[in-house]
Amino acid sequence: MTTHPDRYDIVVLGGGNAALCAAITAAENGAKVLILEAAPKPYRGGNSRHTRNFRCKHDGPLSVLVESYGEEEYLADLLRVTGGRTDEGLARMVIRESEACLPWMEAHGVRFQPSLSGTLSLARTNAFFMGGGKSLVNAYYRTAEALGVEVLYDAPVRHVALDGQRVTRVEYEHDDATHVLHPRAVIVASGGFQADIDWLTEAWGPPARNFLIRGTPYNRGAVLKDLLDQGVTSVGDPTQCHAVAIDGRAPKYDGGIVTRLDCVPFSIVVNKHGARFYDEGEDVWPKRYAIWGRLVAAQPDQVGYAIIDSRALRLFMPSVFPPIEAGTLEDLARKMDLPPAQLVATVDEFNAACGDTSGFHPTELDGVQTTGLEPPKTNWARPITEPPFYGYSLRTGVTFTYLGLKVDETAQCSTAAGKIENLWAAGETMAGSILGQGYLAGYGMTIGTVFGRIAGREAAAHVR
Amino acid sequence: MYDNPIEEARRQSQICNACRYCEGYCAVFPAMHADRFFSDGDLTQLANLCHNCQNCYYACQYTAPHEFALNLPGVLAEVRQESWEDTAFPAPLSRAFHHHGTLIAAATVLAMALLFWAARHLPGDGTGFYAVIAHSVMVAIFLPAFLLPLAALAVGLRRYWKRVGGQSVTLADLRAAFGSAATMRNLAGGHGDGCNFEEEDVFSQSRRGMHQLVMYGFLLCFAATATGTILHYGFGIEAPYRLLSLPKLFGVSGGLMLCAGTLGMMHLKAKAAPDLQAPEVRGGEFGFIALLFTVSASGLALYAFGGSAALEPLLALHLGAVLAFFLLTPYSKMAHGFYRLAALTRDAQRKR
Ligand SMILES: Cc1cc2nc3c(=O)[nH]c(=O)nc-3n(C[C@H](O)[C@H](O)[C@H](O)COP(=O)(O)OP(=O)(O)OC[C@H]3O[C@@H](n4cnc5c(N)ncnc54)[C@H](O)[C@@H]3O)c2cc1C
Ligand code: SF4
Ligand code: SF4
Repeated sequence: MTTHPDRYDIVVLGGGNAALCAAITAAENGAKVLILEAAPKPYRGGNSRHTRNFRCKHDGPLSVLVESYGEEEYLADLLRVTGGRTDEGLARMVIRESEACLPWMEAHGVRFQPSLSGTLSLARTNAFFMGGGKSLVNAYYRTAEALGVEVLYDAPVRHVALDGQRVTRVEYEHDDATHVLHPRAVIVASGGFQADIDWLTEAWGPPARNFLIRGTPYNRGAVLKDLLDQGVTSVGDPTQCHAVAIDGRAPKYDGGIVTRLDCVPFSIVVNKHGARFYDEGEDVWPKRYAIWGRLVAAQPDQVGYAIIDSRALRLFMPSVFPPIEAGTLEDLARKMDLPPAQLVATVDEFNAACGDTSGFHPTELDGVQTTGLEPPKTNWARPITEPPFYGYSLRTGVTFTYLGLKVDETAQCSTAAGKIENLWAAGETMAGSILGQGYLAGYGMTIGTVFGRIAGREAAAHVR
Repeated sequence: MYDNPIEEARRQSQICNACRYCEGYCAVFPAMHADRFFSDGDLTQLANLCHNCQNCYYACQYTAPHEFALNLPGVLAEVRQESWEDTAFPAPLSRAFHHHGTLIAAATVLAMALLFWAARHLPGDGTGFYAVIAHSVMVAIFLPAFLLPLAALAVGLRRYWKRVGGQSVTLADLRAAFGSAATMRNLAGGHGDGCNFEEEDVFSQSRRGMHQLVMYGFLLCFAATATGTILHYGFGIEAPYRLLSLPKLFGVSGGLMLCAGTLGMMHLKAKAAPDLQAPEVRGGEFGFIALLFTVSASGLALYAFGGSAALEPLLALHLGAVLAFFLLTPYSKMAHGFYRLAALTRDAQRKR
């Protein structure tokens, strides 16, 4: 074990958005900062490298954001998705601070672009990063390094030693050896634990083995577990994760945004026995994709199959893999390893239950529904009749976990005995302090940016 | 780099089309996102809209070692290169010169030798340059050397136009294309910070700046020749011209810009990652830039030392380089300017 002399005031654990915002702010406030990033350089930046936008309050047009998006509307949007499981005080603070984040981000190298094609509904609420999250991460690394922040890649942290109400030691691995640091303050920004499949299985049950992890394989919750084991106060439901239905052919980790599959509302979805199990047309997809993560998780082998015909193919955003295509439903079933007779029967039954489709309208709830079918399809119910037929497999893709470190409005962590003098947390790892369930697009990066800056400022004030 | 660049470009474009994060960087993405299936012609067009700024590579969360192995600048460079070579007339010449800088050098030396020979063996008929090589001889050599490659280029561009499904061109299409090319809008990187090119994810204006120097330097040199021709035929004023004449003002300023720009380009290119370009043609590309540098540097030397005994060798060197340059235009990197204009014109049609 190598012990290093105390060259650093602050050590930041993690190398994503929250870590970088914290490191930059601390360095600007005069602290000597080291970032320990578990991933190698090409994979630096955690889940932040997969993001595309952040949600930003604004009282008038701001940079690429049009019109206005006020605090009350923002909060109402949040409360709707979390079902009220929200710390309103912290949520309001994040919302208010988000407006100042945008110019701060621009000043630190982030560039924005107008809402991407296919996402116009977000043009008012979410500011898109030009080039996506990896370009944001790149810009922050450049800015941080120019400020003298040092970065160590391939440096997973194993232990953060707590002695009473103080962190005394950080242990990490690098070059096949364990190293020890004694910084004066520590900022945890190492994300959730969703990439630790064993932990996920413990929390969720055996089906979790078949889940795909949408983001980085490096967020394994090592620091989180270590701190919780030492009595640091936690928040959030340990058994819950945010999961959506994605393309079943996606890689186990790091498939990111392109594995998203928006075809469900225009399809019927069957399980591996060829049977339907839920109303595919219940609501527009952005409001349902998270529910489908759970629905698919509850099916045998945690897999579903969306079936469409040629008329539906252009109604949704293209996805990363071309669909499986066949001239007949039987052939499609064979190509997808589904029981052919059962699939044909299910489609026939569905087609027979469809009624007048003249009101079909892909971008709104059109009320074109089935009659006498169980489960029903309550919108976009148009018979599947026009070959070629197409199929996609669906699996559960985990975005993040909810269990985290509880922080106060200064991002400081605590134990039952009170505040921990020199430990702060930012980003996904403390997001449970604000959101107990559900998720609002773009809010993760907002939390990370707001709390990252706060943690950096507070830690720097502590070491000064 | 890729066995089948067009298939590989199709695979990568499908991923980009599902992602769209790079939409703001350049004209490639909006054109790509307009559809979800890509014909070979579509991919050829996308490739010619790409100017290899590499912004989308460094921004991409899917570059190797990720299994999606995105490298859009690299694969589009190969498709683009193939499209120039396949549509060129005659195609084998194009393949040879694009791939081999040494062949460019050989062609240049040959052209220079030809002009040395002309200077030695064909009598001059005037003063200054024309005491070395007669004006009529120059015209006899350069007029076809200028017009034949232009005709070959026209054939290539027609083939390109057919391949990408171009429609009949309107004035508005051309205005849009030339406007974009004149400012090199796309080289600003979408946000105005420029390209990633020479130092990983650092944005800089260097490439845009150097490219502007080369393009405008070249156009000024061309203007010098054109005004010289007009003075010669229209007004009977023969070279050499005074410093304060149009041909000289254009020529000297253009020559200086071209010299600086080509040196700058070579420097940037040497620093850039070969795998994000088309590695097979690196030699040809350097050879071509070196040729452009030789054209401009020898031209400037001619201005400076044309009054001395060095006139004859300098003239042969310069005219030889220019001759090689003209002849190689359809078969070298020079062709990219024409194809790019065609692609921008086609893109203007898509948007109308
Ligand atoms: C596909 C996808 C798309 C998303 N899109 C958006 C979006 O558009 N907008 C939005 O707001 N949110 C989005 N999110 C959610 C968003 O990614 C997170 O809210 C946000 O990135 C969290 O930032 P962070 O810095 O806390 O964590 P991360 O960015 O995940 O960073 C965690 C860091 O900690 C490192 N680390 C982990 N363990 C250790 C250890 N033991 N030692 C050292 N380092 C460690 C990791 O390597 C990583 O660098 C998306 C998520 C996914 C998966
Ligand atoms: S290059 Fe990468 S980040 Fe950019 S659009 Fe394509 S897949 Fe997305
Ligand atoms: S390299 Fe530059 S020009 Fe080419 S596709 Fe990428 S961003 Fe566009």
